Amino acid sequence: MSAGEPPINSPDITRLTPVLGPGHTYASVTDKISAIVLTRPTSLGWYIGFLIAFSIFGVLNIAIGWLMIKGVGIWGINIPIGWGFAIVNFVWWIGIGHAGTLISAILFLLNQKWRTSINRFAEAMTLFAVACAGLFPILHMGRPWYAFWMFPYPSVMGIWPQFRSPLIWDVFAVSTYGTVSLLFWFVGLIPDLATLRDRSTSKAKQIIYGMLAMGWRGSARHWQRYQSAYLLLAGLATPLVLSVHTVVSFDFAIAIVPGWHTTIFPPYFVAGAIYSGFAMVLSIAIPLRKAYGLEDFITMRHLDNMAKVMLATGLIVAYGYFFEFFMSLYSGNKFDVFLVQQRLHGPYSRFYFALILCNILLPQLMWFHKMRTNVAVLFVMSIVVNVGMWLERFVIVVISLTRDFVPSAWGRYSPTVWDWATLIGTLGMFVMLIFLFVRVLPAISIAEMRELVSETSEEHK
Amino acid sequence: MDGMRENEIIDGHTHDHDAHEGSLHADDHSGSHQEDSAVHEHSLDLTVLRAKLREKSGKQYWRTLEELADDPRFEDLLHREFPRQASEWDETVDRRNFLKLAAASLAFAGISGCRQPDELIVPYVKQPDGMILGKPQFYATAMPFGADAVGLLVESREGRPTHIAGNPDHPSSLGGTDVITQASVLNLYDPDRSQTVSYLGEIRTWSDFLKAAEARVAKAKTQGGAGFRILTGTVTSPSLAAQIGNVLKQIPAAKWHQWEPAGSDGAREGSKLAFGRYVNTVYRPDKADVILSLDSDFLASGPGHIGYMNAFYRRRKLSGPSDTMNRLYVVEPTPSVTGSSADHRLPLRSSEIEQFARGLAALVGLGGSGTLSPLAQKWLDAVASDLTKHRGTSIVIAGEFQSPEVHALAHAINTALGNVGTTLYYTEPVEANPVNQLESFTELCADMDAGKVDTLLIFGSNPVYDAPHNFDFTSKLKKVESAVLLSSHFDETAEYCQWHIAESHFLETWGDARAFDGTVSVIQPLIAPLYHTHSAFEVLAAFTDKPGQTAYDLVRERLKTLAGSTDPEKFWRKSLNDGVIANSAYAPISVAVKFSPASLPPAKTPPAGQLEFLFRPDANVHDGRYANNGWLQELARPVTKLTWDNAALVSPRLAEKLQLTQRAAARGGEHGQIVTNVIDMSISNSKVTAAAWILPGQADDVVVLPLGYGRKRAGFTGSNKGYSAYVVRTSTALWSVMAGTDAIKKTGDEYPLACTQYHFNMEGRKILSTGTLAEYRKNPEFAKEGDETPPKEMSLYKEFAYPGYAWGMAIDLNSCNGCNACVIACQSENNIPVVGKDQVMRGREMHWIRIDRYYAKLNTETGDPGATDYDALDNPQTYFQPVPCQQCENAPCEQVCPVGATVHSAEGLNDMVYNRCVGTRYCSNNCPYKVRRFNFLRFQDWETPSLKLLRNPEVTVRSRGVMEKCTYCVQRINNARIEAEKQNRPIKDGEIVTACESACPAKAIVFGNANDPSSRVAKLKAQTRNYPILGELNTRPRTTYLAAVRNPNPELEKA
Repeated sequence: MSAGEPPINSPDITRLTPVLGPGHTYASVTDKISAIVLTRPTSLGWYIGFLIAFSIFGVLNIAIGWLMIKGVGIWGINIPIGWGFAIVNFVWWIGIGHAGTLISAILFLLNQKWRTSINRFAEAMTLFAVACAGLFPILHMGRPWYAFWMFPYPSVMGIWPQFRSPLIWDVFAVSTYGTVSLLFWFVGLIPDLATLRDRSTSKAKQIIYGMLAMGWRGSARHWQRYQSAYLLLAGLATPLVLSVHTVVSFDFAIAIVPGWHTTIFPPYFVAGAIYSGFAMVLSIAIPLRKAYGLEDFITMRHLDNMAKVMLATGLIVAYGYFFEFFMSLYSGNKFDVFLVQQRLHGPYSRFYFALILCNILLPQLMWFHKMRTNVAVLFVMSIVVNVGMWLERFVIVVISLTRDFVPSAWGRYSPTVWDWATLIGTLGMFVMLIFLFVRVLPAISIAEMRELVSETSEEHK
Repeated sequence: MDGMRENEIIDGHTHDHDAHEGSLHADDHSGSHQEDSAVHEHSLDLTVLRAKLREKSGKQYWRTLEELADDPRFEDLLHREFPRQASEWDETVDRRNFLKLAAASLAFAGISGCRQPDELIVPYVKQPDGMILGKPQFYATAMPFGADAVGLLVESREGRPTHIAGNPDHPSSLGGTDVITQASVLNLYDPDRSQTVSYLGEIRTWSDFLKAAEARVAKAKTQGGAGFRILTGTVTSPSLAAQIGNVLKQIPAAKWHQWEPAGSDGAREGSKLAFGRYVNTVYRPDKADVILSLDSDFLASGPGHIGYMNAFYRRRKLSGPSDTMNRLYVVEPTPSVTGSSADHRLPLRSSEIEQFARGLAALVGLGGSGTLSPLAQKWLDAVASDLTKHRGTSIVIAGEFQSPEVHALAHAINTALGNVGTTLYYTEPVEANPVNQLESFTELCADMDAGKVDTLLIFGSNPVYDAPHNFDFTSKLKKVESAVLLSSHFDETAEYCQWHIAESHFLETWGDARAFDGTVSVIQPLIAPLYHTHSAFEVLAAFTDKPGQTAYDLVRERLKTLAGSTDPEKFWRKSLNDGVIANSAYAPISVAVKFSPASLPPAKTPPAGQLEFLFRPDANVHDGRYANNGWLQELARPVTKLTWDNAALVSPRLAEKLQLTQRAAARGGEHGQIVTNVIDMSISNSKVTAAAWILPGQADDVVVLPLGYGRKRAGFTGSNKGYSAYVVRTSTALWSVMAGTDAIKKTGDEYPLACTQYHFNMEGRKILSTGTLAEYRKNPEFAKEGDETPPKEMSLYKEFAYPGYAWGMAIDLNSCNGCNACVIACQSENNIPVVGKDQVMRGREMHWIRIDRYYAKLNTETGDPGATDYDALDNPQTYFQPVPCQQCENAPCEQVCPVGATVHSAEGLNDMVYNRCVGTRYCSNNCPYKVRRFNFLRFQDWETPSLKLLRNPEVTVRSRGVMEKCTYCVQRINNARIEAEKQNRPIKDGEIVTACESACPAKAIVFGNANDPSSRVAKLKAQTRNYPILGELNTRPRTTYLAAVRNPNPELEKA
């Protein structure tokens, strides 16, 4: 580092803060990251954290077991509110699953260096979030054991899915997204798996990592092939980031329910997804860098950038809210106008106001540099945004259904203990998977960090 | 005896009226070995089991649990662990219960077996005459009910009665039914029915009873019969009365008492007051232009109401603006079905109705006077002038629960208006032995108290539950040496009677009954008794010198005497086939009014500021006898939309005074759960605690306590629901009692009520279109005003073409008063489950038709400035709208189903493919009418054997996780199609009758081929009043509505 480094609280600290801490060499990077997996003893903290998450995952299993025994009637759904927590959670998790691929693919294509240290676990997070999300469409079915009827398989009855239904589009969008994200993540992991294979001391680890490394030897040809494959996958994943939530938004936009039937949904859903995805990356990155001393790799510059993305997408979401409101009033459609009034004055208005507070008002703090560089504020803010985005889906999915066309059929929704158990259970599953991930795979890409070492050392020469 | 009954049924004739054809379902043959069903009977409780154990001696009986389990009764007992009619699933599974359940299910796994047990299908060795397996047969019979009997056509499938429809040839039905008759088939299969004779709670044989009866008669004979009493409800059966006569003949000092807790002494005594003798009044609403109801719910309760509804609405059918309509005025304290559909309705306290009647009498020139509030007076003036303008074409109908004076006044007014002989006529009483029932019952109680009664036979009554509380009937019953109770359930009274005889259902026994106009029907059984049950005839026979005599013998015997010159055998067969005995209706008699309103003593004016508490039978469970019927329990009451409970109904203003509130709960909300205040009411030296319900349209300071709830021993479904209003009902105030405002105290507790529709405002949307006759004449297109009909091309998808049939339905809102008959008919036809109060409170009831109730705009009756505080809640205009699946041509549900489980048929039905449904519920979300119903849990009872007999084999019994909805009774469509194709002809109009259409007494629902311009439905749809709900959505529903038209009196309309 040069001597002319500005004082730590200077306004341009983040601009000048490097994406890699000072003094790192190829070896130190490799040591530090692979040590978490290979040599560092598993801390008591990890065990405690994992155990808690695993217990909550157990709750999910009980909730699913009871669901299979009794049926979806254990939830709070009814007629007219046919979709409750399950669909809210599905959309929320899918949204969270956006950040990883966005960071990995789009920022990769845009040549944003700062993405390097966060892309690996962001992608992992994406996969886990998609796994959580993928549970819900199956669980929310009345007869989940027939979920495979949603796929166009060669049935002896000659029956195909009904392709006009957005739910079928969802099946394709989500499964494609899940598959490509998994491939992208795995391809990125291959050089690191080889590193782990080479550094492992036990036979078992060598065999497992060796098999996963698929014979990676690090030859120039390997690198050349690897990089073009990675680039292609990034190109493939990029449109998916935009398409998956667009298709999810069609579940609502195609329906005729007031509050669902609106054309602004696709862009507004995508922005919301990125918004919540970045919030979730922050929620994970902040404790992770603290616990494993990775402050040099995930620096303030990363956090600051992510906060800026959050602010920007948050503003798009706010624009979406405004226009959803405006268009309802402007259309003069009595059902839409009524719905807007219901959001403000109806029995669920406090949820709407909480949503505005969480998603629009509080995130305005991100305009301030001081706030963006305060780790505690950022962490709280990331949680607030995630709660806000969950509320947004609740407002859209549930509240629109409570008061639609025929007043005699109006009803209300209240979640049961099983609804909560399923939501919290998936959180447990998510955290548990994150714990497993940081324990068995390098949470930061070693290979890319080594590239960064070479690049930053050139910069500072 | 059983074998004999079998023969008797074969002897009965199928009714040859519009038989529906059926297809064969292999899994539903249980009915073909009916005689075995006694083996599968349910033990009611552990006492039966204990009795069985006691019969076995010594060590034998306690070898293993398995041995016990081999007993089918015990197996049933195990199943009772699970719900049978109502799947009331409790979410609160605490740890203890969970462990208990886990242990129990492990222990019983081998016993209960799998969910769907294998059954042997045994074909007939000798097929009964006229029966084709899989094809239903229809038998005419009748259901006795109070002072009436409703003629029915009962569908029988392989010997099991499964569905009830009205008999068009019977005056009490004219083809329609009501909820109670429609649901009576469930009573037959009620698993809680009493199944055997018992003595002091122990099972006895019938011959034990016969011996005991013989001994009682022998003892009674020694005293000439003193101490021998018979207690019945209202009896219209000539044969039963004759049988009672046979008993009384041999012991002349014995007495016959009658007590019907919801009977009408007022009508009886009123006729005596007016004419000096008991006479029966038969109305002819089809002949009347102006009708005034003095607190009479003649369209929905009381003798003849189904027939009256038909006749009344015949005068409200409009084919064009030039048609005329009748006009209905209703004065009543609490909104009834009749009042809610009136052209003018005046809420008036029950005690003021007499003043109103006196005032009317004065205005038609009969003298006397009544004092009324200025508002009511104005109303009265207008009604009186309308009535006098329609001499001979008007009726004044007094309510069943009004005083004899009101009835006498109504008779006098009708006579003065020249209506007798045109719009109503008098006949001999239809009751076999009309008496003042309260006096009769009072006498019995006094004699019991004095120890003068040693033998008491009780037939079908439940006085321990429903006697006035000041009689303290229970303690008196304990003084009776031997009480014999014939009842369908081991009820409250059975606990205090030595002998309990399980009663046969009317579909299991022979009998006869007289309808409201005197027409006699033979009650023909459809099935041999399921259990060891007996009819009143057999029990009475036990006390005569011919103890083996059956009802069949008696009824046949009696008919022989009626046959006259015709061959008795032919006469018998014709009577059975027709469901009515030809020419048995009473001829009109002429009676002279011996009563002058002027001679009435001055009416007691109730002290101001007092509250009026009224007792009324419940619309569904009546006086409590149907409390164990799940269909009736779960059916939303027409006006309040409450299910599973009764509540103390209070007027909005009184509620305000008492600071009573109610709110929609977070769970279920407006469509399910309303949390109300609990109030204590101290009336007539007794106290009752009830949930309060604020009822718009109820007269001020009136509290209505519906009877029929708070049963202690009704059975699994009916026990401990609501509160018993009998607890505060005394013999001096059977129908109304005054009390100070301090009689009501808020307890501070809250109680959740299951209400299926709490929101009553249309929010300015065009869902239910209404207008007045004048508006209709001025603008015949009023129903279409403001309609936006998007062009057909607006749809993204290709138009369907309907070259063949296009099934459609038209519902005339002008003929609908929300009586609910269609809802139960649909439930019975389509195997719709009962879900229980908890699930209703979550908004998950399953009815395929719901009747929406909306309150329309402010009803300013007079334009009087003093009446401006008469705001919408005090007397709202009420409208009802039945909403089944609208069968849209451009259906939102079809487009969003991911697996194609709801698809469009070539004839325009939105078919529901249960097999294919995966249960995403997207279709329901996207349905703007919210007519789809989802099996959130396994709502259907698959275990209870008796309920399996009830099911319609042509309709799939849905399991959990699938969506369902109205199919336009597609099974009936297909039956008609098969028949038509066999004969190589198109389906005729009227050949397909949906269950709802068939049940509707007012003929408001018409189904048919909309492609055929000559069909009834196409003609209705061509009317200017025809409109779709939410037409602007471009769903193009096949179910359309004809706007309701009211015919208000211009004098009462605001200028």
